[in-house]
Amino acid sequence: MAEKTKGGRPSGKIVYDNRPLKERIRADMKWTWREIKRNRSKYLFIAPFCILFFVFTVCPVLISIFFSFTDFNMLEAPNFVGFHNYYRMFMQDDLFIKALGNTIMFAMITGPGGYIISLVMAWFLNELPRGLRVTLTVLLYAPSLAGGMTNIFKVFFNSDAQGYLNAWLLEWGVITTRVKWLENENYVVPIIIGVVLWGSLGTSFLSFIGGLQGIGKEYYEAAAMDGIRNRWQELWYVTLPLMKPQLLFGAVMSITGAFNIGSVISGLAGNPSVNYSAHTIMQHLEDYATTRYEMGYSSAIATLLFFLMLFLNQFIQKCINKVGE
Amino acid sequence: MILFLTCFTLMMMLPLIYAVSMSLKPSSELWKFPPRILPVNPTFKNYRDLFTLMSDTWVPMVRYIFNTAFITIVGTVGHIIIASMAAYPLSKYKFPGSKGIFVIIRTSLMFSGAVLAIPNYLIMNSLHLIDSYAALILPAFSSTLGLYLMKQFMDQMVPMSLLESADLDGASEWQKFSRIVMPLVKPATATLLILETQSLWQTGATPYIYSEEKKTLSYALSQLSTSGIARAGVGAAVSIVMLIVPLVVFIISQSNVIETMSTSGIKE
Repeated sequence: MAEKTKGGRPSGKIVYDNRPLKERIRADMKWTWREIKRNRSKYLFIAPFCILFFVFTVCPVLISIFFSFTDFNMLEAPNFVGFHNYYRMFMQDDLFIKALGNTIMFAMITGPGGYIISLVMAWFLNELPRGLRVTLTVLLYAPSLAGGMTNIFKVFFNSDAQGYLNAWLLEWGVITTRVKWLENENYVVPIIIGVVLWGSLGTSFLSFIGGLQGIGKEYYEAAAMDGIRNRWQELWYVTLPLMKPQLLFGAVMSITGAFNIGSVISGLAGNPSVNYSAHTIMQHLEDYATTRYEMGYSSAIATLLFFLMLFLNQFIQKCINKVGE
Repeated sequence: MILFLTCFTLMMMLPLIYAVSMSLKPSSELWKFPPRILPVNPTFKNYRDLFTLMSDTWVPMVRYIFNTAFITIVGTVGHIIIASMAAYPLSKYKFPGSKGIFVIIRTSLMFSGAVLAIPNYLIMNSLHLIDSYAALILPAFSSTLGLYLMKQFMDQMVPMSLLESADLDGASEWQKFSRIVMPLVKPATATLLILETQSLWQTGATPYIYSEEKKTLSYALSQLSTSGIARAGVGAAVSIVMLIVPLVVFIISQSNVIETMSTSGIKE
């Protein structure tokens, strides 16, 4: 990082400046303005994205956070209710507490699980000769490409005559009567976790594959000379640190994915699921947003979920930055 | 390890194999008990039925295909250009606001989309974008995921030294971006290409479009296949037809990436 000595702000060092505060602020602003002018072209580069991003992402999020402090129901004009929605979530809505617990449980298993499966598979594939690697990448990513495979799993676990699993187990004599896989509290949660993990070779998997390809051979040669003894050391001290940007990206994808498991659960177990055994915050949100039209309350739920993920992301980013040390 | 990979791949592929075989089953086999994964008498009847159904829709099928192709191509190309342009300075340079902008962008990924439908509709409405292609394309341009992906790959793959030596040669920002940065991050472009194509190609019914002649292929095909059990085979054929284009794009982009990477040596 270049030392900035222009204007009044040398970065990184404590400089004892005896000038009065007003003058210092003025010098600071002058420096900032000069930097802005010097970097004109960079602002031009980011302008198209930032304008669209502001209009189509930042604005909707801000409007939604604003709704979370109102009782907006899509018919009447919203009234400001302060923190009532947040109070209601924790004090009056037992189902929300259950959903919160379930969400954290699903996220703790599928988030790290999916992340590790993606990383390990990408690492395996990278060892293979070129043709085989491309073929396998395509085959492994194809299910994510198809999307919405939930209905196929639904057929597989169905409790009627069409359920494949029941049909096979009956034929082999493992069970004597049909099992209601998706309507049983004990089976539905593991099945959902399995299906989510099955579908986890997605965006982060692709970015890991790309990231591994970006590491030049010379790094491994240099590492071998520096006394890296086995593949594990190579992975930890060479490969992972060099693909840290992709690891961070994958972590964000895994967190958002793990906390947003909604459609898979609704697709397999329905909403609400039996005895709310697989009820997550997304289910709760969907219920209030699209069935009851309580936009104020559902916006509050979304806002809370947002801060939960944000907090977790900060923590995970810190962990990943320790890789290879 | 090869054995493990084979088994793992087969397990991953099973639902897809099932979808293909469903689309090849004659209706007599679709609801047979016990159910079988592979069809006994495979037939293309479901696909023929699909094309017959497609030929007498109210709005000609070509129009739906055009809509989807237009949205996908413009959206994907535009997004890759706009996102890469923004990712380049955010990844490689420090200027007032650069860090803050990036933190906001990364943070926004965490907000769940379920409650954004209404604010989004309000914004589209106030910009008079309802019932235009722009309502689908403009948000795709500024998809946050793409920028984040691009920026992370640039962090990894573009050495600062190359840009500095280009500065000494008097290269403009645009030249540095198009001649140095973009060729180096081809794996990222390929990844982004497939992610965007996939999501845009599968655009279904949205609240922003109400004219029938502006609706998408995915919407039109889902209308054909959701008429109950009688068309279950056609439904399976639809999901396979919708898969073909993203699959072809994916295969082409993946095989190209690996070639370019093996020829260009990147050294810090």
